[in-house]
Amino acid sequence: MVTSPRLRWAIWLLAAAVLLAAPFAIDAVLGRAWVRIVDVALLFILLALGLNIVVGFAGLLDLGYIAFFAVGAYCYALLASPQFDIHWSFVLLLPLGALVTAVFGVLLGAPTLRLRGDYLAIVTLGFGEIIRILLNNLNRPVNITNGPQGITLIDPLAVGGIALNKTYSVAGLTIAPVHGYYFVFLACALAAIFVSLRLEDSRIGRAWIAIREDEVAAAAMGINTRDLKLLAFAMGATFGGVAGGLFASFQGFVSPESFTLLDSIMVLCMVVLGGMGNVGGVVLGAALLTALPEALRYTGPLQEDWLGEVYVDPSDLRMLLFGLALVLMMQFRPAGLWPSSTRRRELTGASGATEGRA
Amino acid sequence: MSASTVRAALLEARAISKRFGGLSALAEVSLTVARGEIFGLIGPNGAGKTTLFNVLTGLHAPDAGECVFEGEPLTGLKPYRIAARGIARTFQNIRLFANMSALENVMVGRHVRTRAGVPGAVLRGAATRTEEREITHRALELLDYVGIAARAAQPAYGLAYGDQRRLEIARALATDPKLLALDEPAAGMNATERAELARLLERIRASGVTLLLIEHDVRLVMGLCDRVAVLDYGRKIAEGAPPAVQRDPAVIEAYLGGEIA
Repeated sequence: MVTSPRLRWAIWLLAAAVLLAAPFAIDAVLGRAWVRIVDVALLFILLALGLNIVVGFAGLLDLGYIAFFAVGAYCYALLASPQFDIHWSFVLLLPLGALVTAVFGVLLGAPTLRLRGDYLAIVTLGFGEIIRILLNNLNRPVNITNGPQGITLIDPLAVGGIALNKTYSVAGLTIAPVHGYYFVFLACALAAIFVSLRLEDSRIGRAWIAIREDEVAAAAMGINTRDLKLLAFAMGATFGGVAGGLFASFQGFVSPESFTLLDSIMVLCMVVLGGMGNVGGVVLGAALLTALPEALRYTGPLQEDWLGEVYVDPSDLRMLLFGLALVLMMQFRPAGLWPSSTRRRELTGASGATEGRA
Repeated sequence: MSASTVRAALLEARAISKRFGGLSALAEVSLTVARGEIFGLIGPNGAGKTTLFNVLTGLHAPDAGECVFEGEPLTGLKPYRIAARGIARTFQNIRLFANMSALENVMVGRHVRTRAGVPGAVLRGAATRTEEREITHRALELLDYVGIAARAAQPAYGLAYGDQRRLEIARALATDPKLLALDEPAAGMNATERAELARLLERIRASGVTLLLIEHDVRLVMGLCDRVAVLDYGRKIAEGAPPAVQRDPAVIEAYLGGEIA
């Protein structure tokens, strides 16, 4: 698309500048609450990209994905809080969380290998619930997770003396916790995008997509479907685990309530709405579905201003619009807002097809 | 083009039996495919030809008997291991990766002969880049070989029927097979396409690949195959050179129901 290398550099620099300035600009224009919403959106991008590996690339419908987010969050929370009075550094905990969730991904994936479609969805849904219920009840006889009360006072991300839960002033710029976390989450989201794109366009990614398209044919072409499906579960879980650890440090508090079936479905909606299998679409879906409900909060005061009273509760409106959006999507863009296209390759004379997956 | 010299056996099916419930799909079927020949498998619908393919490629486990490939048994091997051993196949009801481009379909076929894992994919070091170039190069070469290079970037579902059959052959060849098993490759083709297919199969054989062929088109089988075996109700009723098999009373009866035309 962009041929001139100089122009390409200019675009990259501009994008970097926008991303660096974004939290401060949003803070100034929309208020600090919106910086927090952007932070949460970045976490959901990380989550949705993980689920996209499982659902979008390998075609394994996982309805319990939020369980990996939960495992990552509790892994961080238990080892960086007064719960056991262990305070390990995030430098150690995030990779550990990724590793632990990868193991969970394989453990939960292994029994589902023979299942497809609806059956796989139901079993993964069950696994998701098992994890949540386990976290809810692991406070007796030995208190591990503190049950429904959750774990509080979780350590923030900190390096040396600088902790991200404090506000700093650098060269006249106020850096609040939401700003600091923005940059950490942005770095992780960008890394996730990079890894996703690289995986998609690789021997492994092609094998995943082949399994999604036709598992029998993929096996007949020499693809070890068992190992590659487990790899997809593990890779997807890893993204969820890192997101979970970041979430725990960001909130300072985790409880089983944050990891319900509805949250799994929400992340799945982000993947499906954005465009299953397409990294750009998934990022778009996650950003939209995080920001939209927040934006709808403004409709309450607006109704009061214009109509005198609140006729439709904003939270009802949210579900109403959400349902409407999904119906419209199915009708007009069944492959997502930004569907994955048959990738164009540098072929002489071949213009390439850009049709979406139907 | 006849296989006049005696060659070593590449594939031996030894008394293969397979039942589905009360139905005996294969009953003690034995056959030997020699290296470098084109071996035809014919028979009426439901005779067990595709079942034999499925047993051979590891999709079904046989109830009795074993397949031996290059002197080593294939029993109990998963399909991907059998592909790694050097048996590739196509499917009667074309099974392409519909939403991938023609080129990507063939690239998937290279999977079994390449190595890059997750670290290679993410870091994309020199070794991975070289391997990716090799994969793309070989895939383009094979698309050209089967005559659909111009369709490389098109999604497989959008290809014409005959081109889909060719793409399946290119994808199978990408696994560097020693034995290529084709399940009704000429189904749905017109006379011109069949003639082109026959030439393609001759070229594939000339390149050193042994062919095992299920086909209904008698003229294609008789013109192309060095030897044929005839299955009927899961039993092998004849085997030999095409002209002899064609005159075999049992074969005529299987096809024409006892009346001699």
